[in-house]
Amino acid sequence: MAEIGETAPSLPAPAVRTSSRRKETILWLLTPRLIIGLTILLVMGGGSMILPVFAPVDPSFQGSYTRNLPPSFDHLLGTTALGQDIFWYLVYSIRNSLILGIVVAIGVTVIATTVGLSAGFVGGNFERFVMLIVDTIITIPLLPVLIILGALIRGNTSFLAVGFIIILFGWAWDARTVRSMALSLREREFINMARFSGANTPQIILREVFPYVSAYILVGFINVILFAINTEAALAVIGLSKVEVPTLGSIIFWALNFNALFTGHYAWMIAPIVATVTLFLGLFLTSTGFNAAFATKRGVQ
Amino acid sequence: MGVLTFIAKRIALYFAVLFIGLSITFALPRFMPVNPIDGYIGELQSRASATIAPEGLAELRKSLEELYGLQGSVFEQYLAYMKRVVIDFDFGPSYTYFPHPVSSMLAEALPWTMGLLMTATVIAWCLGNTVGLVAGYFYKKRAASILEFVGILLYPIPYYILAISVLMIFAYIFPIFPLSATFPVGDMTWAKVGTILYNSLLPGLALVLAGFGWNILSMKALAIATSEEPYVTFARLKGTTHRTRMLRYVFRNALLPQVTALALSLGVIFNGALLTEIIFSYPGIGLIMRQAASGGDYNVLYGAITVSIIAVATAGLLIDLAYPLLDPRIRHK
Repeated sequence: MAEIGETAPSLPAPAVRTSSRRKETILWLLTPRLIIGLTILLVMGGGSMILPVFAPVDPSFQGSYTRNLPPSFDHLLGTTALGQDIFWYLVYSIRNSLILGIVVAIGVTVIATTVGLSAGFVGGNFERFVMLIVDTIITIPLLPVLIILGALIRGNTSFLAVGFIIILFGWAWDARTVRSMALSLREREFINMARFSGANTPQIILREVFPYVSAYILVGFINVILFAINTEAALAVIGLSKVEVPTLGSIIFWALNFNALFTGHYAWMIAPIVATVTLFLGLFLTSTGFNAAFATKRGVQ
Repeated sequence: MGVLTFIAKRIALYFAVLFIGLSITFALPRFMPVNPIDGYIGELQSRASATIAPEGLAELRKSLEELYGLQGSVFEQYLAYMKRVVIDFDFGPSYTYFPHPVSSMLAEALPWTMGLLMTATVIAWCLGNTVGLVAGYFYKKRAASILEFVGILLYPIPYYILAISVLMIFAYIFPIFPLSATFPVGDMTWAKVGTILYNSLLPGLALVLAGFGWNILSMKALAIATSEEPYVTFARLKGTTHRTRMLRYVFRNALLPQVTALALSLGVIFNGALLTEIIFSYPGIGLIMRQAASGGDYNVLYGAITVSIIAVATAGLLIDLAYPLLDPRIRHK
């Protein structure tokens, strides 16, 4: 009797859980924070990817229009001192920065996940060696490295080469986080279960662990986009990236170079600042929103 | 015993990190598809409209290779590089300011960078943690979410935007500070110190704002988690005041991860400092690097990155060595 008394109340519990989960299938994700973040990303990302189709000319060409025009109906934000339409330049900038961010994020996520999971699960000397490399790369400040490489290649390279250098030095942070997740997972029951069932380490990582850390990987992915756009833009603002390519950094570089504020060219300076802050806020709210939602779902918070 | 093992391990890691870091700096330019010497000779040739004799060029190449340490096999170059950097701390002469040695240029710039960086980091860390602690401890109050909102708004803003905005607001719209600041060199007088402090306020403000947001968010999350621990509830039932609980129970425990995070993010903070110097023309390592990059002054660049790695690694070591003072668990292991 006592046993039945104990099991009986526990029976309805899964039922309640499944029904509540079915009711909010996707709703558990949608916190206000995430809605704001995703809206910003959809508007800016979608807009910057679709609008260039309608662009009258490629804004990276100089002298397409009269120089230094004030904002008007033809040129929503005016034109630059180089005769480029600021609105279209900004649209291209957002697009290029986002593409760079996504490319870097893919590279970093692949490397960081592979390195982090294998270090966490293989352990031993391999883990020690990998963590030494990771700690070293975290210690090396990225900007001086980029300045040296920027000085060496001096624009004799494509825009995406800047992205590859960022990948080369940017994966360590994420690898560290993935490894610490792997360490905590290593001791869980279902991993032991898989191991006793005869699965080898690659199979366990792929089938058991990967689904578990995939939510985090999405959050990390967005954070890397933020980091990559920021790094390239910072390099461009000081004139050491490929400044001929419109990005959120190069537009500010040119505005600073032509003293946009002193010549009364406020739109040239303020528009990219507002766009950058909005885009970064969108990315940040999306990443923390996802994080909070996944944490609630996992029952961590 | 626990402390000694901890310190020994940490110092071993320090040297390993330095060794790998210096090796990477050595390898980087050698993997690049371009050769700085070819670039320099090409530049000279075009300036002299190709009138330099081939024998002269060969001699020039030889002396440049000697100057940049590019003679012999890669392994010999590596040994020579390590010996020069580690034992003599010699990076050769600057090419733009020939024959001024790079090491003395860096020695002049380093105190500027470290002074600004350390002051700003300490202020940002203390302020951010205080605000984060209050916001986290009283997280059910409405004012706490306003404090967090400040953090959310500040944190994702890229650093260069913060720096340029600060410059625009306080030097252009409200001309309180000079747009391009001057930093007098030479013998220090009180008037000069005053000018330097005044002109450092703006770059300092930008750096503090940058570190502030992250510290608020991180400390708030830690403080919320800690204030729900059973020992804090026990302290409340024991009748301790809010002040005691916040400072001696929540803060003491939330402090440790924040110290670790500070040590880990030193590299990022250092990047910010270099950008600040370039944007505000502040005479530190960053400005030297920017000028060397446009002048193709590679000795200065390699010297600067070596000093950067050593500075960041050493600061991390010092923070980690202070850790046992804060965390009694290591001391009593």
